[in-house]
Amino acid sequence: MKKLTLPLTDEQISNLKAGDSVLLTGEMITGRDAAHKRFFELAQKGESLPVDIKGETIYYVGPAPAKEGYAVGPAGPTSSYRMDKYAPTLLDMGLKGMVGKGARNKEVIDAIVRNHAVYFAAIGGAAALIAKSIKKTEPVCYEDLGTESVRRYFVEDFPCIVAVDAEGNDVYELGAKKYRID
Amino acid sequence: MKYYTIKAQTVTDTVKRLFMDCNYFIGDDIMNALKCAKETEESETGRSVLSQLIENDELAAAEQIPLCQDTGMAVLFVEYGDKVCIDGDFEEAVQEGVRRAYIDGCLRKSVVDDPVFERLNTKDNTPAIIHTRIVSGSTIKITAGGKGFGSENMSAIKMLTPSYGIEGVKKFILDTVMTAGPNPCPPIVVGVGIGGTFERCAQLAKKATFRSIDTHNPDPRYAELEEELLTDINKMGFGPAGLGGRTTALGVNIETSPTHIAGMPVAVNICCHAARHKSAEIKGEEL
Repeated sequence: MKKLTLPLTDEQISNLKAGDSVLLTGEMITGRDAAHKRFFELAQKGESLPVDIKGETIYYVGPAPAKEGYAVGPAGPTSSYRMDKYAPTLLDMGLKGMVGKGARNKEVIDAIVRNHAVYFAAIGGAAALIAKSIKKTEPVCYEDLGTESVRRYFVEDFPCIVAVDAEGNDVYELGAKKYRID
Repeated sequence: MKYYTIKAQTVTDTVKRLFMDCNYFIGDDIMNALKCAKETEESETGRSVLSQLIENDELAAAEQIPLCQDTGMAVLFVEYGDKVCIDGDFEEAVQEGVRRAYIDGCLRKSVVDDPVFERLNTKDNTPAIIHTRIVSGSTIKITAGGKGFGSENMSAIKMLTPSYGIEGVKKFILDTVMTAGPNPCPPIVVGVGIGGTFERCAQLAKKATFRSIDTHNPDPRYAELEEELLTDINKMGFGPAGLGGRTTALGVNIETSPTHIAGMPVAVNICCHAARHKSAEIKGEEL
């Protein structure tokens, strides 16, 4: 199990291989469908985003409300492919890490390689457990989006797996191939 | 003729409890299947994922918090006894129960009012999808479930025609699961509807996901098909969380209906391992 601190450095990213189990500690921002659409539309118009994503790691999540006494409600990953339309643009703007679940398309994987970035998979459905590693959250922007608003998460030993490494190796392809019976 | 009464408030309270319970407490059928899979899974990563899911579901139950952040769109199957009178509006009583569960129970509000344009969140997870059947009797039976859309989006329907036969049915189901791949949070539960009309077929597939996975279709031919499909799906290699392994599905449930001489529709409703559904029966008081 590798321990990584956020923000990610180029050297850290170089040492990650698809399939590695890692624990993330540090800060990441959140964003899913609606926030990505807004980011993308601003980027297309050449306008700056409400948060500087250079060097950032983004977590595709829309948490459930926090019960009293909890830092955050259950907060597992959402399906990443819905962000595929927007991710290459954000990666080209300097985004370094993405955390979600499920396979990405070729354009995203190419953009990961081109920008020396990484895509992590968190365990879909392990939302209550994952929330234990999120210690604090604060608003960043788009509060009108409710659960889809962009927040900053302060995480400690957040468990995930390297899904696509900077060389473009894809655990979703490799894993299924290894266990497929024809 | 005897008639019976049920208070609208009882309907609301029951619906509220069902949605909170199904989001906090995973069914015994799923928990048992996860534990069995952990023993047989060949992939080390797969075993680790299954352990985390078991730990997650135990944690959610102990702390009474949702086991997944996607607490779903509310779906209910209602069998409404034809001798029952309600002291209010049944539909509104159900929607109020959903509203109270999602607001009071710290469940995520995941419904938008318009599907294409404004997409504004309704902020109380209503409206719920209510499938009502009038049956003979003096009770109201409700099966409720929160349906997450990570897996809902991977579902499909096809209007097969009779010449496709059983092989065509199998191929469409397996192709749908293959296309879904690692996305719907495997290990999945596969609900299959066969027959009826276009909309009836889709509804059967949903109903199939609301049946416990430790049960089989009462017709031995379909029970065998459930087993065969489960075996074939678990050869695909996606495994827990789609990271590779032998446990891609925990169960396949098939529901069927008579259909037209020209048709053989098949619907596949995919559900993640958080196959959440709870049932209750409200008994009417004699008037």
